[in-house]
Amino acid sequence: MYYQPDIETMPREQLRDLQLERMKKTLSRACGNVEFYRRSFKEAGLEPGDLKSLDDLARFPFVVKQDMRDAYPFGLFAVPKGDVVRIHASSGTTGQATVVGYTAEDLRNWGDCFARGICMVGGDSTSTIQVSYGYGLFTGGLGAHAGGEALGCSVVPTSSGNTRRQIQMMRDLGTDILACTPSYALLIADTAIEMGYDPATEFKISAGIFGAEPASESLREDIRKKLGIQYCDVYGLSEVMGPGVAMECAESKGLHLAEDHFYAEIIDPETLLPVPDGTYGELVFTTLTRACCPLVRYRTRDITRILSEQCACGRTHRKIDRIVGRTDDMLILRGVNVFPSQIEQVIVGFPEIAAQYQIILTSKGPLDRVELDVETVPEFPFDEIRRLEGLKRRLASELKSNLQIAVDIKIVEPKTIERGEGKAKRIIDLREGSRA
Amino acid sequence: MISQLTVFLENEKGRLAAACRVVSDAGIDMHALNLADTADFGVARMLTDTPEAAAKALRERGYRATVTPVLGVRVPNVAGGLAALLEFLDDQDANIEYGYCFSANDGYAVDVLKVEGSDDLEQKLSDAGFQPVAPQDVYRIG
Repeated sequence: MYYQPDIETMPREQLRDLQLERMKKTLSRACGNVEFYRRSFKEAGLEPGDLKSLDDLARFPFVVKQDMRDAYPFGLFAVPKGDVVRIHASSGTTGQATVVGYTAEDLRNWGDCFARGICMVGGDSTSTIQVSYGYGLFTGGLGAHAGGEALGCSVVPTSSGNTRRQIQMMRDLGTDILACTPSYALLIADTAIEMGYDPATEFKISAGIFGAEPASESLREDIRKKLGIQYCDVYGLSEVMGPGVAMECAESKGLHLAEDHFYAEIIDPETLLPVPDGTYGELVFTTLTRACCPLVRYRTRDITRILSEQCACGRTHRKIDRIVGRTDDMLILRGVNVFPSQIEQVIVGFPEIAAQYQIILTSKGPLDRVELDVETVPEFPFDEIRRLEGLKRRLASELKSNLQIAVDIKIVEPKTIERGEGKAKRIIDLREGSRA
Repeated sequence: MISQLTVFLENEKGRLAAACRVVSDAGIDMHALNLADTADFGVARMLTDTPEAAAKALRERGYRATVTPVLGVRVPNVAGGLAALLEFLDDQDANIEYGYCFSANDGYAVDVLKVEGSDDLEQKLSDAGFQPVAPQDVYRIG
């Protein structure tokens, strides 16, 4: 089922024409209304009229997160204050917060984008969707909420927290679709099981739309099994809109971009040149319909690739693969570049180990000490020290051969590793001189 | 075979006390305790009344706890009592993963062994004149 069949299955040629037409408008509006773009285009010796084809976009300058911080709060707004109906902000934990605004039309488009994903998991106007993302400045809660309302679902805005009550509502109201972070979905599933329920068979829930943080395949599988649902990965970032920029259809092989609203490029983060489809690199977005905060070539710092093969679901919009890392959460451990997703990949290969893990970095003299805390699955025969030690040894040697660094493995009691209600904190960096 | 309660514990201050308190709060009596420790974790093996209920109580409080079948044998309190038992097991090609012992009275002790590699050990032991113990000899079942 499609939410907007004409758009979602539009022939590619026609879709590209639509993208070009909208891109031209975005560039001229950005240049006409935002001082930042007027200056940056001028410095690059370009005018909006220089864009004759989609490929010409690669000549235009990038926008980075720091530009948004510098423009705080309203420097990148392209509409008069009277047209702004909503403001969201990213947390300022790693620096100055960034602010994005929405017009009424921006909010409608946002709802439409997310509603497409609800249809991808079989939802319709009779569905009940429970939104357990946090509501507030964070875009998760209100984004999913807008999607549910756009489609005409019954929206249950539980927000995050009070997990037992979440489960009570889920059971009593017959929730069909749950929207939250993957780590919170797991906490909900585990808590429901602890309360004596088997949500996979006893609850009506049939799908989940999960995003805002990375999830390994084993975590996804864990959630699928425990809740008995179709797993839909949702991608989005507040700078560009919020959740719904790309969503995963039932084929489970990548996330369809909302290409009528966003133009995606993948660039090499070193050379900054576009790479061919299928090659991993940094995801860059140009918004095509955003009225309040148009973005031209925004570098997301997310690493993925474009999957341009035709999808069996019938949608013509290209897909992005799952995000494999971020250019800025690349860890440098004893001089070696390591993405947390690489560690996760190794863990997935060990069925004896549960999906939760935590990496703790400390300084040991001039060297970095890397400790990986893991839990065994409940069935593991932990009665025998020999088996526990053997598991530690095998895991350490697998990590060593994959990452080229020595990792101290610590097997911990269940629940030692925090199961968050928001974004799970997988990496604790206690090294001297590291950023908090 | 008898049922042993096994609990995985991080090697940190207060963990064993906390686990024992959970068992105690469930109204369950403990008869024997054996600890195996490594640098960062330990495994507590206990003989308690109603071992399944004890494991459940611990799991509900977030512990990794399970019930493991082990061999219990009554050994007379005389020189060579244990040696004779171990030699017999060796002859049966049974490998001992771990073992510990507790005294029930002055006359004999019960040796608890996790054994791998031989079937029908209890029968073979009885036939050879050893005294394997039944669950009800050691702890309350229900």
